[in-house]
Amino acid sequence: MKDNRTAAVTKQMFKRLSFRPPAEMIAGESVPMWRDVLRRLVSNKLAMAGVVFLVLLAVMAIIGPIISPHDYFTNNLDRTNEPPSSEYWFGTDSLGRDLFSRIWMGARISLIVGLAAAVIDLVVGVIYGGIMGFVGGRTDEVMNKASEILYSIPYLLVVILLLVVLEPSMWTIILALSVTGWINMSWIVRGQILQLKNQEYVLAARSLGASGSRILFKHLIPNTLGPIIVTLTLTVPSAIFSEAFLSFLGLGVQSPAASWGTMINDALASWTLYPWQMLFPALLISLTMLAFNVFGDGLRDAFDPKLKK
Amino acid sequence: MSVSTVTKTENGFRPTGASGGPLLEVDRLSKFFPVGGGQTLKAVNDLSLTVAKGETLGVVGESGCGKSTAGRTIMRLYEPTAGETRFEGRNIYKLKGAELKKLRREMAMIFQDPYASLNPRFNITDIIAEPLDIHGIAGSSKERKRKVEELLELVGLRPEHANRYPHEFSGGQRQRIGIARALAVRPKFIVCDEPISALDVSIQAQVVNLLQELQKSLGLTYLFIAHDLSMVKHISDRVAVMYLGKMVELAESSELYANPKHPYTQALLSAIPIPDPQIEAQKERIVLSGDLPSPINPPSGCPFRTRCPHATEKCAAEAPEFREVKDGHWAACHYA
Amino acid sequence: MEPILRVNDLHVSFRARGGEVQAVRGVNFEVKKGEAIAIVGESGSGKSVTAQSIMRLLPSPPSFVKQGTIEFMGRNLLELSEQEMESVRGKDIGMIFQDPMTSLNPTMTIGHQITEGLIKHQGMDRKAARERALELLRLVGIPNPDTRFGQYPHNFSGGMRQRAMIAIALSCNPALLIADEPTTALDVTIQAQILRLMKDLQERFGTSIILITHDLGVVADMCDRVIVMYGGQVVETGSKWDIFRHPQHPYTRGLLRSMPRLDQPKGEPLIPIHGTPPDLLVPPQGCAFCARCEEAMEVCVDHDPELAPVGGEGQTAKCWLHHPFAKEVQA
Repeated sequence: MKDNRTAAVTKQMFKRLSFRPPAEMIAGESVPMWRDVLRRLVSNKLAMAGVVFLVLLAVMAIIGPIISPHDYFTNNLDRTNEPPSSEYWFGTDSLGRDLFSRIWMGARISLIVGLAAAVIDLVVGVIYGGIMGFVGGRTDEVMNKASEILYSIPYLLVVILLLVVLEPSMWTIILALSVTGWINMSWIVRGQILQLKNQEYVLAARSLGASGSRILFKHLIPNTLGPIIVTLTLTVPSAIFSEAFLSFLGLGVQSPAASWGTMINDALASWTLYPWQMLFPALLISLTMLAFNVFGDGLRDAFDPKLKK
Repeated sequence: MSVSTVTKTENGFRPTGASGGPLLEVDRLSKFFPVGGGQTLKAVNDLSLTVAKGETLGVVGESGCGKSTAGRTIMRLYEPTAGETRFEGRNIYKLKGAELKKLRREMAMIFQDPYASLNPRFNITDIIAEPLDIHGIAGSSKERKRKVEELLELVGLRPEHANRYPHEFSGGQRQRIGIARALAVRPKFIVCDEPISALDVSIQAQVVNLLQELQKSLGLTYLFIAHDLSMVKHISDRVAVMYLGKMVELAESSELYANPKHPYTQALLSAIPIPDPQIEAQKERIVLSGDLPSPINPPSGCPFRTRCPHATEKCAAEAPEFREVKDGHWAACHYA
Repeated sequence: MEPILRVNDLHVSFRARGGEVQAVRGVNFEVKKGEAIAIVGESGSGKSVTAQSIMRLLPSPPSFVKQGTIEFMGRNLLELSEQEMESVRGKDIGMIFQDPMTSLNPTMTIGHQITEGLIKHQGMDRKAARERALELLRLVGIPNPDTRFGQYPHNFSGGMRQRAMIAIALSCNPALLIADEPTTALDVTIQAQILRLMKDLQERFGTSIILITHDLGVVADMCDRVIVMYGGQVVETGSKWDIFRHPQHPYTRGLLRSMPRLDQPKGEPLIPIHGTPPDLLVPPQGCAFCARCEEAMEVCVDHDPELAPVGGEGQTAKCWLHHPFAKEVQA
């Protein structure tokens, strides 16, 4: 470096260059923000392992019961409590039902509950929170109080109350979820929007004459997407776990339908003798929770602008 | 609309610009915010001014003096507590629906923070075309693209960058994008709310020059809000000084700097460091004691009296009237 | 006079996605006892990184000192252990930051924050420390020090917080005070108060001051010597008289020309510096200012000039225009 500075300088180099104001160039290719987020997510190995697991789970939930040679509900009292074998891949339960089919049927129920929770969160939570934050004032106060009152009712109590009028089933659980499951999301969206609506780009849009709905749907909600998605990765596993837990207690899915919760309950009595009956559903619940957690963490990191540079 | 009918108000005064008819008249405008506990923050208190066509009116003051709130209320981003703002004779707070939307094409705003004033999820085309989209004048997508490219060139940016996102630009470049957006609907009047205070010194001059060139070529009228008095002096025809929500002085800019009448303006001017050691060494500096009082509980009488070196009992008892102390030079001080 | 601080060939980088941001690229300067120097530059010029490297306040990673030494009273600060450094900070070198709200602890009273250092570094007992703290609060012009002593930062206004910050920085009579944009967050009338206070204290106690700022106006009032930084390098140094009256580097000249001055008649358009500062992820091979310089020559493109003596006494500039060849060819 030093040499090149002093040694190579010759007189000819001291000719004045004609000055052109530098072009306002920007180096590098254009990267939209979402692609940036995606790239950071993909580079996070743990999060990607979570994604791969969840995709596999979804695929198996669809094809698992189909590829199995046995259905999930037929009792076969000759073949009860069998260990995993080439015929019954995950073994059978105390009624001789095929555990492989039942596991993936359970996965179906878990994913449907998770999906329902996500839809409720997105539709009710985001809209409710969006209105609270955007309209503000008296409306916000009343809606916020209402959500606080709803939040104070324990979820278990809601389910039990619903059971007074309804049969216990997956749908009861989803109904109970739609009563209280979206409140956290609505608070998060409300907080974000309260913060964003005083941002100068929102003021700019207002000064240009943008309508309320344009501001809400073009400016506010898209910029809340990060926290919304991260919140979803928390709501969904907690809904899945609630379903398994309630089914375990007998308040949810009923036999012969298969849920991971009921399967664990069925296996509880004799788990020392037939540990695989407990092992498969327990393992799947744990792995599903873990997968959502690492995926959620990865998403949060990917969205966090502080880690950007 | 004739000039003579609008310059007269119920209390008989309003400082008017030197040349041209008034484009914008602010008449006894107040904006208070409730702050809980039954108290109000008097951000803007009884503000009157006019801006003539083609003029730049500078508004200066320290943080908390209400200059930004004034700008936003004049843009009707806030509804006023009292008073009127008339744009070409129409009270803008009375406009509704289509009329209000039409007004939004005539008044535009440039913001302070080049990072916060552009939606990070929009690309540059969508940002600059937003006013076109809102008012349904974008035309075909090809025409929209062409208009955006024209605007980019107008503010000295390269049309090739139209598909990039705000975070890829520097502060000065983003501020240019904000200016292009404000110009998209060809407004007559622009409120510039501290447009350069977040920029580096070497970039400030670029943006100020751009604003001045645009004013000349497009015949724009500016309300230029800033705390940097040197820059305000440079860009403005007339300058208004605000203190605690009130206007304390208003004059043609070289007159204000040469001959400040209000003690606050005098202190403010003397506090500004000048990049010349000789002048700094010789300068007699008025250093104000104490801090800005809270606008929630402003002092009685003259708001400046708690820090004023010349304050008397009269200043506590009686609020000074904002009056013309000299031709076109207005001040709110008993002793000016 | 003997320099108390000598920065030699300092290189500081940050590891970033896509490479290494070379924030400081070979900075040399010294501070004499009792002297006030200013480091002037825009954001990204490396001025704050330099100051924080002296205090060893930069988080590592991502930052790291690539090369160079920082000698303070005969010791290389870069070689001290974290423990030794703790006794340098606050005791020998005080620092004031731009935003007093984030540099004061919101959960501790102002009194506690001042006495903390006195007890730790000076070995004072609680009572003596309190006395000294009250004295300091009076010294920096905080009215009612007895009441203020027990209050929290949020009870203070911005200017008062900065005064409290100065009281903390000065509590142990440091030999050097580093003020990083101390008045940028304050209004001009408050800025005038704080600058006057710093100047008074400097004259009274003979403290050396490094003032980091982007505002050339502040410099003209406060400092003896000015260091202008650009693109992570020192491009010009000199007495404030030389820098303001006879700037020798095109960047310094450009900065002075691009600012409107209150004491000059208006009318002339400003002369801006075109373009934007260099990207220090890929610093230019030649002069950092070359792309924006209206006087650039062929040599500037890929040959980096040395900081060499020019013009006034002790004035140096990093520019090829001062090379004998330039004068010959240009003439």
